[in-house]
Amino acid sequence: MPRDLTIKKVLVIGSGPIVIGQAAEFDYAGTQACRSLKEEGVQVVLVNSNPATIMTDKDIADQVYIEPLTAEVVEQLILKERPDSVLPTLGGQAGLNLAMELEESGFLKANHVRLIGTTARTIKRAEDRLEFKEAMEKIGEPVAPSKVVEDIQEGIAFARQIGYPVVLRPAYTLGGSGGGIAHTEEELTEILANGLRLSRVGQVLVERCIAGWKEIEYEVMRDSAGNVITVCNMENIDPVGIHTGDSIVVAPSQTLGDKEYQMLRSSALNIITELGITGGCNVQYALHPESFEYCVIEVNPRVSRSSALASKATGYPIAKVAAKIALGYTLDEIKNAVTGKTYASFEPMLDYCVVKMPRLPFDKFISAKRTLGTQMKATGEVMSICINFEGALMKAIRSLEQHVDSLMSYDLSHLTDEELDKQLRREDDRRIWMIAEALRRGMSYEKIHELTRIDCWFIDKLMVLVEMEEKLKAAGRKAVERAAERVEESKKTRERAGEAGERAEEARQRTEKVGEKAEKAEENGEKTEENGEKAEEVGERAEKAEMADGVCVPLAQILPEDLLKEAKRLEFPDSVIARLLHSTPEAVKALRHERGIRAVYKMVDTCAAEFSAETPYYYSVFGGEDEADGRCDRKKVLVLGSGPIRIGQGIEFDFCSVHSTWAFGKEGYETVIINNNPETVSTDFDIADKLYFEPLTPEDVESIVDIEKPDGAVVQFGGQTAIKLTKALMEMGVPIWGTAAEDVDAAEDRERFDTILEQCQIPRPAGFTVYTAEEAKAAAGKLGYPVLVRPSYVLGGQGMQIAINDQDIDDFIGIINRIAQEHPILVDKYIMGKELEVDAICDGEDILIPGIMEHIERTGVHSGDSISVYPAYNITEGNVRTIVDYTEKLARALHVKGMINIQFIVDGEDVYIIEVNPRSSRTVPYISKVTGIPIVPLATQIICGHKIRELGYTPGLQPKADYFAIKMPVFSFEKIRGADISLGPEMKSTGECLGIGKTFNEALYKAFQGAGIKLPRFKNMIITVRDQDKEELLPIARRFEELGYKIFATRGTAKALKGAGIKAIQVRKLEQESPNILDLVLGHEIDLIIDIPHQGAERSRDGFIIRRNAIETGVHVLTSLDTAAALATSLEDGAGRARELTLVDIAKI
Amino acid sequence: MKATLILEDGTVFTGTSIGSARETVSEIVFNTSMTGYLEVLTDPSYAGQAVVMTYPLIGNYGISYEDMESLKPWPDGYIVHELSRIPSNFRSEDTIQHFLQEHDIPGICGIDTRALTKILREKGTMNGMITTRDYADLAEPIARMKAYQVKDVVMATTTRERYVLPGAGKRVALLDLGAKKNIARSLHQRGCQVTVYPADTTAEEILSGRPDGIMLSNGPGDPAENVSVIREIAKLYQSDVPIFAICLGHQLMALATGASTYKLKYGHRGGNHPVRDLRTGRVYISAQNHGYAVDTESLDPAVAEPAFVNVNDGTNEGLRYKGKAIFTVQFHPEACPGPRDAGDLFDRFLEMMEVER
Repeated sequence: MPRDLTIKKVLVIGSGPIVIGQAAEFDYAGTQACRSLKEEGVQVVLVNSNPATIMTDKDIADQVYIEPLTAEVVEQLILKERPDSVLPTLGGQAGLNLAMELEESGFLKANHVRLIGTTARTIKRAEDRLEFKEAMEKIGEPVAPSKVVEDIQEGIAFARQIGYPVVLRPAYTLGGSGGGIAHTEEELTEILANGLRLSRVGQVLVERCIAGWKEIEYEVMRDSAGNVITVCNMENIDPVGIHTGDSIVVAPSQTLGDKEYQMLRSSALNIITELGITGGCNVQYALHPESFEYCVIEVNPRVSRSSALASKATGYPIAKVAAKIALGYTLDEIKNAVTGKTYASFEPMLDYCVVKMPRLPFDKFISAKRTLGTQMKATGEVMSICINFEGALMKAIRSLEQHVDSLMSYDLSHLTDEELDKQLRREDDRRIWMIAEALRRGMSYEKIHELTRIDCWFIDKLMVLVEMEEKLKAAGRKAVERAAERVEESKKTRERAGEAGERAEEARQRTEKVGEKAEKAEENGEKTEENGEKAEEVGERAEKAEMADGVCVPLAQILPEDLLKEAKRLEFPDSVIARLLHSTPEAVKALRHERGIRAVYKMVDTCAAEFSAETPYYYSVFGGEDEADGRCDRKKVLVLGSGPIRIGQGIEFDFCSVHSTWAFGKEGYETVIINNNPETVSTDFDIADKLYFEPLTPEDVESIVDIEKPDGAVVQFGGQTAIKLTKALMEMGVPIWGTAAEDVDAAEDRERFDTILEQCQIPRPAGFTVYTAEEAKAAAGKLGYPVLVRPSYVLGGQGMQIAINDQDIDDFIGIINRIAQEHPILVDKYIMGKELEVDAICDGEDILIPGIMEHIERTGVHSGDSISVYPAYNITEGNVRTIVDYTEKLARALHVKGMINIQFIVDGEDVYIIEVNPRSSRTVPYISKVTGIPIVPLATQIICGHKIRELGYTPGLQPKADYFAIKMPVFSFEKIRGADISLGPEMKSTGECLGIGKTFNEALYKAFQGAGIKLPRFKNMIITVRDQDKEELLPIARRFEELGYKIFATRGTAKALKGAGIKAIQVRKLEQESPNILDLVLGHEIDLIIDIPHQGAERSRDGFIIRRNAIETGVHVLTSLDTAAALATSLEDGAGRARELTLVDIAKI
Repeated sequence: MKATLILEDGTVFTGTSIGSARETVSEIVFNTSMTGYLEVLTDPSYAGQAVVMTYPLIGNYGISYEDMESLKPWPDGYIVHELSRIPSNFRSEDTIQHFLQEHDIPGICGIDTRALTKILREKGTMNGMITTRDYADLAEPIARMKAYQVKDVVMATTTRERYVLPGAGKRVALLDLGAKKNIARSLHQRGCQVTVYPADTTAEEILSGRPDGIMLSNGPGDPAENVSVIREIAKLYQSDVPIFAICLGHQLMALATGASTYKLKYGHRGGNHPVRDLRTGRVYISAQNHGYAVDTESLDPAVAEPAFVNVNDGTNEGLRYKGKAIFTVQFHPEACPGPRDAGDLFDRFLEMMEVER
């Protein structure tokens, strides 16, 4: 069927801010879909509140709106832009829910807009628990016995009927929010109450627990003619019970026979046919491990995280094909872009194995529970491809960038066997390490399977890795023994030499006595002496050799070729092999190269080599033919991606990498990307000329460099991941383009940076570089508390804390050292002031500053967690001049070519520098979009040798925009049980949204809306602040009172409020008897809590409990008075505003 | 033990011997299915060939005898990247290593199967040898490889004796040309009484059983080689008994009615080939295993017309015979291994028998 020509203008709804359960995969899907639509001549209107995305770029859509994703906004947008269609299935659950809301309210119909792709009816049948169950029953597809309940009593009654444990799944939520497994009635009550509240429709599914079954997923597609195909199936190594987003997933399935595979495949196709889906769909199954019994767990009638993974795992572009299907094409009309020969109706066949691992945020949330369950906790993921499972797993492990490189990375030897059993049963993010430990202790596969429900096939694969460790360790022991033998031997040789000497002496003496044979004897004696000397020499040489080698005997002797080959086949990094052999990575590499053991690259071609492919999308293996060809007649640039999405390093760096790649392409370069994140646009096969889906470690990068021999590499766009590779790249002989590595280093190195600041006469908060807690305390003593303590070389303020006393310093340094710390620790005076930030571009001479951003929260809150306002609204002209001056001086002093990000503190007229990063930053996508200045392409052009002036820009600070753009952080605290939500110098937000408005207030209102803070609801709030904040609190509290809020407060705060004439109801503290503050929170009638916790490590346990409970019951919690004041402003202004927003088309800025 | 795979173009792959250590010369073909290695191994259509599995991890779920598509494995050689060292599946009764040994199937593992597949794709299917011997000079083995032809494989794979699967429904005569069990099973499951005949059965004998329908099965080798079988099928064509044919049966029916077949460069073997039903436009994902195809140019338009076409390369995937209750497909609606999407073709055959009655 050819394309439906009545579709001329399509509205695409994005997925909003990145939160756990809804991350970069929707930027990838949305971007691909928009490009696919534009390719067909369709005009695309895009709305998404997330400014860090690539989809919200004017290159991607024709009209781009970065606006809150609320029904009001989208309605006004539809009236303004008049699209004829809405494509709702590419923006994740958020986009889908919004489209459904508009459809159900009749708005779309009234305005002659239709949903294309999957229909509203279909979406409802797939998403509504009851309708879904009915649909499945109709076609005989089994689902676990379940019931949709709308209140707790109903849930209890049903659970009694089917028996515990039961699974609870709230309808219409993201990433399983509010779900869980209840083993008792008490647990049921708790989880159910929470789930009912979080569900958009107040429904929770109570279901028979099928935890422990195999979890299998199918990605299927259907077109409007009813043709159906399977793109990929995937097997979760972790059984049902652990959210697929947190599971280690392998594609294709490994432990299913053809009968099982086809049974589920047919089922998935039956389901997609019955539901009438047109586009992509994900079906999740629970398969009984010991029979053919299965249950359909869930169907997602849209692109999803799994479909992004399936796309990257197979090379089949699901979102692109889904968009074409929405336009009316059938699968057999859509060309497969990878082969150029086959069609989209061809099912991909893999000739490799793919492993996905989740990136869990427990390094950020130290207090959080590490246990995994039905609630997704991962912020991102990595994928790896290899020809065997073991290799793919090893590559995935080192792609995580969590200080893990093998199954030995967690030392679990301290656990008793009983503890290990317990840990295996309660799976957390270290489960495969636990299994490896169990295997080392000789636990049987059956026992491990019984405890973890992980299939023995995977356990055996882990055993293969453990066995290789043991073989290498044995070789290492042999090395030590050999070295010891040598020492022994040389000792003996020396002794022998000594004896020989003595004998020679004796002989001489004898010669003297016996005259007649004197001559002969003399000769003999000399000979003996000579021998003696020789022996001594040998001894010395041996001693020298021993000293030179340390304990190392030549690696080649202890590491047989077969063993080395096998270790590399299993993807053991050189560094791990070296560690086990008491050698160095360099020596292992040298030996490898000597023996011709090198990584080769194979192509992902969707068809297992049946057809030749056109798209160079590669993965590495050891052994076999190399398909990658480094030859190229253009200049070649290597762009390093930013790895998995994690707190502090999110999607914005993918934005930068992709834009830089495109800009290099336009400049005529051949572009090569290395990245390992399956959710991102950068790992789409048609972004760079070549894509290497590989870990971002020095060894992996070097293997690619050996083949591609790039002319240069850029590291300034890939976040800390890329920056960390700078030194390694230089050692490989790859020039770093843009700002030189030594200048990057100068910005990070305390002393060198201080010298530069001194030369430029720029003040910074006083501080010291220290290595130990003692030094840190001494430094703090000199500076006076409070001080800021942080490790150098970090992003996202990891490990950064404000210390108010010596105890804090001891605590923090302990924590810092727990996360392997190779760099020194910085201790700075903490200055309370306004925080400002600039991103600038420098061509070595001129500097372009697109704008100055001001943070609403004062210093102490990480810039990534602060509300950021452009243009700066609350600083003097003098401040502006100083900031511009400092920026220019620093950019020049650091010889910046490309991007620089600087953070300032302004205290009155004093401006201090807090931090300088000569690279791309988190705010780059935001500031480029709101100023209309394409910062990344410009910086790339400068790296290529262009000048700011010749590119048509006037250097200096650009004129302020005539509107405000406010970036609001978005958190995922409700997903991470036990995480402390109070804001501080360590970044905690997972995403961001933007509010653009003609006035500050409008922008602020939109930003809060975009972040999902939709108030007022019940007009009840709780306030609890420290003594020192009380004065500042009063005007804010008064404003909330005037907004009609009933204020509850703890004793001290209530007293202060009452004293100022503000009505406050005193509530009992947590430790006091009920009803206390906690009961109030759990009463579900509180809109908001303002809770300013004490700084430092010694935070009140009470506050923590209150904050956690509030977050888990969906109450908004603010831990900064600045944020509270901003919220009040937004609310004061909000009444009546919703209906008359200015919608700004970013493409026209 | 070390083993080598030598291709007739002189390419040598060195790996490890699996299964039997005996030397074997055969035609090398590749299959892209990711599951169903036992079904592939026991598909008689592979007689005379060594099959390369493009999916690198084989043997993961062991051997379940009930999944066998015939009584024994047929390939003359088995080429894989890696065999799992343990099987893991609740139904597994044996390991693939032991299965290959027991049935004396020579094989090789640990080679770059992707590189091998690319050679076969670029240069076309060719002969090769799996051996554990060291050849100093390849001239002699290559000469042997070049001389090799897949021959007389239908008679080698067909049933020796006629047998009956009892059923109360339609009576179907299944001409076993090297049939996969699931063809008979698919009919039997639909209530048919299936009488399976050896490939050299005469048309008279088949028709004398007064079947409601005749099923021509899949099978190995060059279709044109089966001169006498084609002659008998021509007689079946003349009868008015409804006929449904799969793969080799489809090719033989075409040959029996005057059309010709040709060898594909490297064939279609896998579970992911899209075929379009030319009447409805619907596309089915099909299981395929064939090295030859019917030349549609050679069809007499008065006799037959294409019914299915391969979406990727446009080759013929099925024929409809005019004025006859006969339809034939190149692909495998019986699946095993592979998608079951086209399974309703058996229902179509049943309906045809009903109508013709």
